[in-house]
Amino acid sequence: MSAPLSLGPARPVPLSAVNPVAQLTAVVVVTVVLLICGDLVTPLVVLAAELALLPAAGLTRPADIARRTWPLLLSAAGITWVNVAFGSLDGAAAWQSGATWGVRVIALALPGVLLVASTDPVRLADALTLHWRVSTRFGYGALAALRLVPLLATEWESIRLARRARGVDAGRNPVAGARLLAGTAFTLLVGALRRATRLATAMDARGFDSGVARSNARGSVLRPLDGWFVAGAVLLCAAAVTASVLTGAWHPVFS
Amino acid sequence: MRDVDLAVLPGERVLLTGASGAGKSTLLRALGGLLEPESGDVAGELTVDGDAPDRRRQRVGMVFQDPDSQLVMTRAGDDVAFGLENTGTPPELIWPAVDTALDAVGFTLGRDRATAALSGGQKQRLVLAGALAPRPGLLLLDEPTAQLDPEGTALVRAAVVRAVADRSATLVVVDHDVEAWLPLVDRVVELLPGGGAAEHPAGWRPAPLRLPARHPHPPGEQLLAAVGAGYTHRGSDRPALAPTDVVLRAGRTLAVTGPNGTGKSTLALLLAGLRAPTVGEVVPGAALTAGLRHPDRPPARWRAGELARRIGTVFQQPEHQFLTGRVRDELSLGPLRSGAGAAEAHAAAEELLDRLGLAPLADANPFTLSGGQQRRLSVATALATRPRVLVLDEPTFGQDRETWAELVALLAEQQDDERALCLVTHDAAVVSALADDVLTLGRPVGVG
Amino acid sequence: MAAQAVRPSDAAPATPRWRTVDIVVTAVLGVAFGVVFWAWSLLSSAVAPAFAAFPPGQAVLYGVWLLAAVVIPLIVRKPGAALFGELIGATVEALLGSHFGSLVILYGLLQGAAAELGFALFRYKRFGWLQALLAAAFAGVAAAVLDFVNYYPDWTGGWKTTYLLLVVASTVAVAGVGGMALTRALAASGALSSFASGRTRV
Ligand SMILES: Nc1ncnc2c1ncn2[C@@H]1O[C@H](COP(=O)(O)OP(=O)(O)OP(=O)(O)O)[C@@H](O)[C@H]1O
Ligand SMILES: Nc1ncnc2c1ncn2[C@@H]1O[C@H](COP(=O)(O)OP(=O)(O)OP(=O)(O)O)[C@@H](O)[C@H]1O
Ligand SMILES: [Mg+2]
Ligand SMILES: [Mg+2]
Repeated sequence: MSAPLSLGPARPVPLSAVNPVAQLTAVVVVTVVLLICGDLVTPLVVLAAELALLPAAGLTRPADIARRTWPLLLSAAGITWVNVAFGSLDGAAAWQSGATWGVRVIALALPGVLLVASTDPVRLADALTLHWRVSTRFGYGALAALRLVPLLATEWESIRLARRARGVDAGRNPVAGARLLAGTAFTLLVGALRRATRLATAMDARGFDSGVARSNARGSVLRPLDGWFVAGAVLLCAAAVTASVLTGAWHPVFS
Repeated sequence: MRDVDLAVLPGERVLLTGASGAGKSTLLRALGGLLEPESGDVAGELTVDGDAPDRRRQRVGMVFQDPDSQLVMTRAGDDVAFGLENTGTPPELIWPAVDTALDAVGFTLGRDRATAALSGGQKQRLVLAGALAPRPGLLLLDEPTAQLDPEGTALVRAAVVRAVADRSATLVVVDHDVEAWLPLVDRVVELLPGGGAAEHPAGWRPAPLRLPARHPHPPGEQLLAAVGAGYTHRGSDRPALAPTDVVLRAGRTLAVTGPNGTGKSTLALLLAGLRAPTVGEVVPGAALTAGLRHPDRPPARWRAGELARRIGTVFQQPEHQFLTGRVRDELSLGPLRSGAGAAEAHAAAEELLDRLGLAPLADANPFTLSGGQQRRLSVATALATRPRVLVLDEPTFGQDRETWAELVALLAEQQDDERALCLVTHDAAVVSALADDVLTLGRPVGVG
Repeated sequence: MAAQAVRPSDAAPATPRWRTVDIVVTAVLGVAFGVVFWAWSLLSSAVAPAFAAFPPGQAVLYGVWLLAAVVIPLIVRKPGAALFGELIGATVEALLGSHFGSLVILYGLLQGAAAELGFALFRYKRFGWLQALLAAAFAGVAAAVLDFVNYYPDWTGGWKTTYLLLVVASTVAVAGVGGMALTRALAASGALSSFASGRTRV
């Protein structure tokens, strides 16, 4: 449970060399193109390229890949099936339509998986505030909150310990178990709010909202590699659409 | 806090003391410009450099009482740099300043250490480094050494004194350990519980600590033991606690001391049956397992009700312990859950409230109590179920002389009642007042 | 403060400027809801076969995804809170690996913007039942329309109408009524003392 909650790589992977804003730009390009096209060929080509990038994001072992992608595979299967069974088409056409939507969903979701597997949230906030001029107050405010994601798992553990130390458990009764779970989740939320309030006070105490222009200790540089990465994404999409048109599959969604 | 008149001159060093709950932390927040005008009733006027304090925030370095919720970033170095970035310091000056600050407080785990994987004292050092690094003009410290080992305490005091040495910075520090700060400050101001403040004349000394009468016991039967018990966090390559042997006997008190980060709190959680050791085992004695459905199981596998009746636990951070929205409910929760009747639970709660000076706060929310009050409440919750074994992590931090003496007396009574106590503490006075045996854990784990 | 005691409990905070605490609390709630969204996505794809006989029935699951768009503005009471909160929640969901992928961020933005409408109609001066239910309904419409474009292009008009009605009913019940109840419970716990929503009671 806590494993997929850990954001960012433990140590840099090859893809970490690409600046987060370049990665984000590439994600936007790919997403927009995939949203427009409704055929099977385009997402297949894009998907192949994304799979080729998995090792660069440190995802080489099948177990690691499965850990990050199982939710997505599960849902893609569900969506394919719903479209096959309840679409307005029949037979082979229905299957092709279903497969299109399933592959499209995976192709749309994988960039996010690659991004999170290769990008440290701190670098992302640095890049967003420095290159895209995102407000530092909102950028780092959100970052401080994002840090709480793995902490939520720790917090859950400490609430569980506290309950146990105080004699509160559900035993084998499933109803009591469900109530305890709901109670723990509410306690977690209340705890997160308290923590957030105090964290905000502590940030203010350290001059966060003092109106002085903020500097950045880590910096964030854009290098030729980042340009090539975005260009690569654009080329990939162009190639995918070309392949789709040449094979006669091209079929934009809004047509 | 009411009717306080206080003028602090630039470059002055002031020690602020006063009973637990007198409003010291509140006053410090007000000085830092961090009280929300909308979150309470405000009377009177407060200025810093002749201006409203919230306009002067970037000149202020502040350390709150609770180190747990002050860390902003994921890595230690980034966290210290955060304050410097906020003042617009050029990047090339930031990292040297960060390293200097980390050295000054004795934080040796490196800039890349994850802030989520630190012991209580390590967090406190990091928070201090973050406050010192931007060289603030006004330094506001709320019990900055409450969770530090003696070596760290001396180091931090020296660092603070250095930061204000040239009188370009003003210092207001809140601490109950008056003696240690006396040679280092110009003035001592005491906040009075009823409102107002008194200034102590030069040469003033606090009244000596009141120690409880001791009735040393011969070692009683063995209640709980750790045999080569150690613990390693998942994903960590170094053990948080090296294999350790501990024996807790009825009527005896074992004090566990040692530098920050040596695994004291980890040991406490193992003994409390809240975590299972990754090596070795925790073995309950026959007197403790009597009446259990599965007496051969280790405490980590007991049912919660069975555990709470046998082993009482006080966590290092009091807030981790609170489960209800009212002080009174907090105290009766444990007894009710471990099978006591409502009347009995209520009576036990009232007595503890009275003894620990929490009776006026019986209907307050535990999370709005002052640091010292929270500590006393968390100790009281552990005592409420009348367990045979008590595992207490830093039970006396943040207490004034009165409440300290009352807490220590209460613990001494537990010992007279043939209970076994395990005290994790940095407080030498507690050790000399209560401990029969002392276990000192080794050098900090992960430090060269 | 005597003046505050007579202010209605659904009134706006003193200034529209975002304080640090507003930003951090919105983001933390966004993160917490993001984790809930993620878990809910998993659950919804696991139970999808159960709706085999009547696929638009899945719409009843929708309310949970729009909780953030209603609860966060009710607590923080700033213009843009629904948008910022949903954006963070959706981003966390995407980062944790949801099947909707980066598309979910688009969903979050549009749902958040639609929910904003519910409060903007009252110029961010009222944060009561009416606003909560309106915000939930608007967000539900936005979500259903996005679904038609992205997932169910082949559905007939009848399916679509049923789906839209079910989504809106679900969001009004779960996100609107449930969101209001959750906000009340949080205020009662004392955790919202820095906000107008946690202080003013009548
Ligand atoms: N948010 C709050 N709501 C209500 N009461 C509060 C709140 N915060 C503090 N108090 C009360 O205000 C009083 C002063 O608290 P404060 O934290 O300033 O005490 P303190 O002097 O720092 O005590 P200690 O030495 O124990 O830390 C306490 O009685 C506490 O219960
Ligand atoms: N989640 C974690 N993952 C890895 N290491 C951790 C984690 N939490 C704590 N540690 C490390 O485990 C060691 C023991 O921590 P513990 O809290 O038991 O120390 P302690 O002796 O109680 O210190 P203190 O006196 O500061 O409270 C520390 O070095 C700490 O950095
Ligand atoms: Mg205090
Ligand atoms: Mg400790």
